[in-house]
Amino acid sequence: MKITDDSPPVLTALDRPNSYIGRSVPRPNLNRLTQGRGQYVSDVMLPRMAHVAFVRSPHAHARIVSIAAVAAKKSPGVIAVVTGAELAKVMTPWVGVLTHLKGLKSAPQYPIAVERACWQGEAVCAVVARTRAQAEDACELVEVTYQELPAVTDPETALDGKTPVIHPDLGDNLCFERKLEVGTPDKAFAESDAVVETTFMFGRHTGVTTEPRAVVADWNEGEQRMTVYQGTQAPHMMQNLFAKHLDLAEHQVRVLTKDVGGSFGIKVHTYADEMATVALSKLLKRPVKFVADRIESFVTDIHARDHRIKAKIGVKSDGTITAFEIDDLTGIGPYSVYPRTSGIEANQIVNLIGGPYTCANYRAQTKVVFQNKNVMCQYRAVGHPIAVAVTEGLVELAAAKIGMDPLEIRRRNLIADDAYPCASAAGLKFEKLSHHESLAHLDTMMNYAGLRAEQKRLREKSIYRGIGFASFIEVTNPSAAFYGVGGARITSQDGATVKLDAQGALIVHSGVTEQGQGAEAVLAQCVASSFGVSIDKVRVITGDTDNTPYGGGTWASRAAGIGGEAAWQAGKALRGNVLAVAGSMLQTTPQSLDIRNGVVVDAATGTERLPLEELARVAYFRPDTLPPGFQAELMATRHYVPRAWPFAFTNGIQASYLEVDTDTGFVKLLKHGASRTAAPSSIRSWSTSKSAAAWCRESARHCSNNACMTSAGSCSTATWPTIWCRWRRKCLTSNAATWSRPPPTANSAPRAPAKPAPPARRPA
Amino acid sequence: MSDLVLDISLTVNGEQVRERIEPRTTLVDFLREDLGLTGSHVGCEHGVCGSCTVRVNGEIVRGCLMLAVQCDGAKVETIEGLSDSGEVADLQAAFEQRNALQCGYCTPGMIAAAQDLLLQAKERGGVPNRDQIREHLSGNYCRCTGYHAIVDAVEAVAQARAGGKQ
Repeated sequence: MKITDDSPPVLTALDRPNSYIGRSVPRPNLNRLTQGRGQYVSDVMLPRMAHVAFVRSPHAHARIVSIAAVAAKKSPGVIAVVTGAELAKVMTPWVGVLTHLKGLKSAPQYPIAVERACWQGEAVCAVVARTRAQAEDACELVEVTYQELPAVTDPETALDGKTPVIHPDLGDNLCFERKLEVGTPDKAFAESDAVVETTFMFGRHTGVTTEPRAVVADWNEGEQRMTVYQGTQAPHMMQNLFAKHLDLAEHQVRVLTKDVGGSFGIKVHTYADEMATVALSKLLKRPVKFVADRIESFVTDIHARDHRIKAKIGVKSDGTITAFEIDDLTGIGPYSVYPRTSGIEANQIVNLIGGPYTCANYRAQTKVVFQNKNVMCQYRAVGHPIAVAVTEGLVELAAAKIGMDPLEIRRRNLIADDAYPCASAAGLKFEKLSHHESLAHLDTMMNYAGLRAEQKRLREKSIYRGIGFASFIEVTNPSAAFYGVGGARITSQDGATVKLDAQGALIVHSGVTEQGQGAEAVLAQCVASSFGVSIDKVRVITGDTDNTPYGGGTWASRAAGIGGEAAWQAGKALRGNVLAVAGSMLQTTPQSLDIRNGVVVDAATGTERLPLEELARVAYFRPDTLPPGFQAELMATRHYVPRAWPFAFTNGIQASYLEVDTDTGFVKLLKHGASRTAAPSSIRSWSTSKSAAAWCRESARHCSNNACMTSAGSCSTATWPTIWCRWRRKCLTSNAATWSRPPPTANSAPRAPAKPAPPARRPA
Repeated sequence: MSDLVLDISLTVNGEQVRERIEPRTTLVDFLREDLGLTGSHVGCEHGVCGSCTVRVNGEIVRGCLMLAVQCDGAKVETIEGLSDSGEVADLQAAFEQRNALQCGYCTPGMIAAAQDLLLQAKERGGVPNRDQIREHLSGNYCRCTGYHAIVDAVEAVAQARAGGKQ
């Protein structure tokens, strides 16, 4: 792929004034949030807005015999009581399948259960009232008669002949199956000096966003338009789905996403109760609001990571890993979740197991089965925690079996830093990873030898301490390979529009969204840098399908890498347009000018020629003074999509140091550290020094605190700094420091990087 | 469910408020839905997450565990009032500077709880250490897991106030 250099001619992008790439800056939207003046969907109140509450099934599996709503309809404030059958006339059902996950099947799912409830918590009836309290009051008056059906709960028996089939039309309870065999695993195991087998069990997790799922739908019968305020990670995806299932054109649907009180992957899916709320608004021709309460969140937010994995590793006595083998089983509830499906997590596990290591022999199979429990789907770091736990657990067991140091066995098997580009046994393509550099860094950072000595010393005093490692690879910045090729209308490209306002400031509209990750700060950094203004002159607008470029939203670390790139390019394009105006005003060539700190300057000398405010004044209010035939274009749009690589893989290694109370079994985390270097070697030193190196007691406290307070989720993925690589040379760490401790005077102004910026020359 | 309604009169962020409410109305629902003060957030509705933390008669309370009728005659302060009076401006600045918030949903409650600690410390004449800060904020849940930066921010403000830099 030929990449042309877009750096300004004299200064590199990293040396320029207003270069924010790689520097921590304050996020632009924080003041609003610290003052409680954000706009979360749960805050939205509209004229004539009604509230919906749902009657939910108390049974895991039951036929709905009858629904008696007479009393509920008479209850104070009640506007409507609506059953699944009635709502099915307003909104069509959906089926969560992707064609590239061959054989994946699921059953039609309705906004409200029709005839049968398939998990405990599935909505079976909606009550719409003037207040939420009145709606909940009336829910208690709805009499539902159920006929309980046998429930499928255990994935191990879900495919037995004796187990009832949840959706008879599907023939069995198998949602998806994948088998993979690479190399000659049987021969490799036979030739191994040691083979270790074990079974890993993982319980269900869920996201537990502090703001529960929330949606306000407002159908305007006069405009024939649906406006949906929704706490979602993917507004354009939802626009498509609302339109499709209400039989509307997409331009009849507007999705607005302002502040989102946490998402973590759970708010990127289609939820039946949210779809029902939108359908109810259409039916009732008025705004309807639904905010899940905490109990509803636990029984309806997607769950994740319920896996049983039988796993095997072969190893030579010199530490060489000869083969990996896994047999994965996962139960995903009664439906594959729409539109991303519930097969991706298992698929990712198959793809990622053994990923950091050089090992040509791999056998994997996974079975994804239906059960009468809440649905499972993609949640933060999809599949990675399972794949890493299994891989690293096997490597630890192999090391113990042959009596090798656990860091040494990794050193002997991790893919060499000079082996790239290359592919894993499962076929993942790696552009450039840095396992060995990361490992060496961690080794030094944690003083591994010293800790081992301390561990040994303390063991003699009956103090039991342990050291654990986990190498990993991470999928980021997906191309169309993730969903688009499977037929889902989830875009992998993203766009940004940058506009010069009449006072010389910039307005950016982007297709990605902000849920607290700092995406808006990243976009502002990119535009400020590529255009040439200070970051306080950049205002970012996201989350409005009427007014932002078509985009995929924020998930899989795509906001910075894809949305940020589009923003960079849009800022650069506008810069060219503005310099054309300046050239015409100053009667010189645009090439001889530059924009620095919001001022058009002479590129060679830096002499100030024209403030942007003056340029904007002339272009907008006195265009008659510009040369005949010249038209100023003060708005530019650019899009970006990764094409060369299906995913941008990153890597790292983590270590934990903990103590076990052998009387109580209580485990105390003493230290936790990570070494993670972004892929391209030219920025590696930056990212390492900037954000990745954290080895301190404070982070251990933070980590254990988090682990105690959340029953779900891994703290590691929650705290990763945003690191991205702009092609091969730039690393941007935005607001990185939730993991590593920021310096006391952090963030107040752009600072010079700790090391001189590397020359920004891109290979042709 | 009851048809009973009660009149309450209270001061909210310095303003006199008279409203007619159902007795079952929680303080946070009253603030958000009747008064439009949406800075106090509802996270768990059973006193666990701390997102609805507000100040009643000088003490922080869970807005979801207190009924609005219990606030008849009380002085209630929410994040909007604390912001406008400038009382927590240094805490807000410290949170922003250190990125001690991600989605921001917990932040108003977190700042109210932190301010409570700093007022107590001022009364006692000491500066809270990191363990004390953690202990005092332990009832406020940040699911984006930004505790480390939050403790940094509160510690910095505690020290600055003690040093007379406020």
